[in-house]
Amino acid sequence: MSLILTIASREFRTLFLSPMAWTILAILQFILAFLFLTQVEAFTSLQPKLASIEGAPGLTDIIVPPLFGNAAIILLLVTPLMTMRLICEERRNKTLSLLLSAPVSTIDIILGKYVGILGLMLLIIALITLMPLSLLGGGELDLGKLFANILALLLLVTAFTAIGLFMSCIAGHPTVAAMSTFGVLLLLWILDWTSGLTDQRSELFEYLSILRHFQNIQSGLISSVDVSYFLLFITTFIALSIRSLDNERLQK
Amino acid sequence: MTTLIEAEHLTRYYGKHCAVNDVSFTLAKGEVLGFLGANGAGKTTTMQMLCGNLAPSAGQITINGFDLLDQPKAAKRNLGYLPDTPPLYKELSVQEFLLYCARLHGVAKSSVTDAINRTKERCGLTEVAERLIVNLSKGFQQRVGIAQAILHNPEVIVLDEPTVGLDPIQIREIRTLIRELGQDHGVILSTHILTEVQESCSHVQIIHQGQLILNETIAGLNRQMDTGTLQITTRLVPDINSLLTLPGISSIETMSENRIKIHHSVIANPAEQIAEHIITAGWGLQELTPIKRSMEDIFISLTKEHREL
Repeated sequence: MSLILTIASREFRTLFLSPMAWTILAILQFILAFLFLTQVEAFTSLQPKLASIEGAPGLTDIIVPPLFGNAAIILLLVTPLMTMRLICEERRNKTLSLLLSAPVSTIDIILGKYVGILGLMLLIIALITLMPLSLLGGGELDLGKLFANILALLLLVTAFTAIGLFMSCIAGHPTVAAMSTFGVLLLLWILDWTSGLTDQRSELFEYLSILRHFQNIQSGLISSVDVSYFLLFITTFIALSIRSLDNERLQK
Repeated sequence: MTTLIEAEHLTRYYGKHCAVNDVSFTLAKGEVLGFLGANGAGKTTTMQMLCGNLAPSAGQITINGFDLLDQPKAAKRNLGYLPDTPPLYKELSVQEFLLYCARLHGVAKSSVTDAINRTKERCGLTEVAERLIVNLSKGFQQRVGIAQAILHNPEVIVLDEPTVGLDPIQIREIRTLIRELGQDHGVILSTHILTEVQESCSHVQIIHQGQLILNETIAGLNRQMDTGTLQITTRLVPDINSLLTLPGISSIETMSENRIKIHHSVIANPAEQIAEHIITAGWGLQELTPIKRSMEDIFISLTKEHREL
């Protein structure tokens, strides 16, 4: 356990030693703040109309889901860039042999790397959450719904990261890892679009689509089906990463 | 003497290509084993297998009594490894990097500072401790690599070409360090520089095309090297057959008409008889020089012999 944390903390610190993490945090925050303000603007202009409607969507409904939805799409673009270096770069810089010849198991290495990068992801989500929380100063929020959105984004991002980690294990070059991660993520995102085009809906595609599960949780309906989808997803790709790193010793 | 490494019948294939073929050896405490071989002979592959970076296609490795496959953690705890490219996180400072390595190798919290200070001193890194590794010269980076390998005071230290990229003074320092380490650890070092083996090793192994073709102590090797050779130049053409009748001469090589090389055993040095013989025969002795075989010669003759087989 302490080994996992050792590896994770080095990974996390290294991110902040290069401009990488700072740049990503700054740009994400800027774009999302802009989107957040547009949403607030929309709410203030709609407010008089909404007041007259019975059971109209409230502040949380109008601001939080679009903000987290947009954040999800932006993170879909950004996650591959952050995960691409995880194992790939170590292999290219030959630093992997430091880990492989140390008394550390493959599981420790993979989990350490995963936890390290998740640290940055958590930071991003925390910064995003601060925006709707700032509204508490002048209004009321449906905290349950906010929590559902945070949970949805958290699960989504941990799943993104798990795929990114796996791609970084198998790819020979960081760019290849980033491209394949992005490809898989985008495919999973748009998978259930086909159901809109034809009359026959594919239940399998609908189940596989990551977007659908994300939106389900986002709407405030935290069902075990959706949560277990993400957990299954994460476990699968972590396990595949461990296997792939194990294979590193067998063939080169 | 305790056996630290036992490698049995190591074999490694890359696809169809056999990089290491049935290599077996042992390393005991207090030994410095030099691993010699030309480029692509299988040195690095063997070392990677010893350090768990590469799984052997066949064979077994035991480190300090722990099987590398069955108890990898216990085996690797006794192991310090410097690969051919030092594994350095260049964005860290030397101090940070060594701290990370200490944690990775499970050095006890109370002794981390001691271990780092001792290693920095040993490798001459005290002055550059706060500098980023990326800004260090290649020689210093190599030292950080060595520091990383000996930091946790492992029983077995495996160094893959440790003196590459160092200047002559640093090379001498590193060789002294290796000899020092050899006193209470087992050290394996690979190199293609032969004098390095002569200077810092107690045992030598030569690997050629994946096969172990020599496994000797340095003393034994020196004995082999003392197979005497005399180079002789005469004014007239000497009669080789009559020279061969002299005692102690094993063979004669004709270099040119007037120049020959006589190989003889070390015990009976026939130089005097040869000189007398040539003078009585009246061939006009002009030169009689003993030639010491360098390790290079042995290396080349061994690898050549092997190619012919």
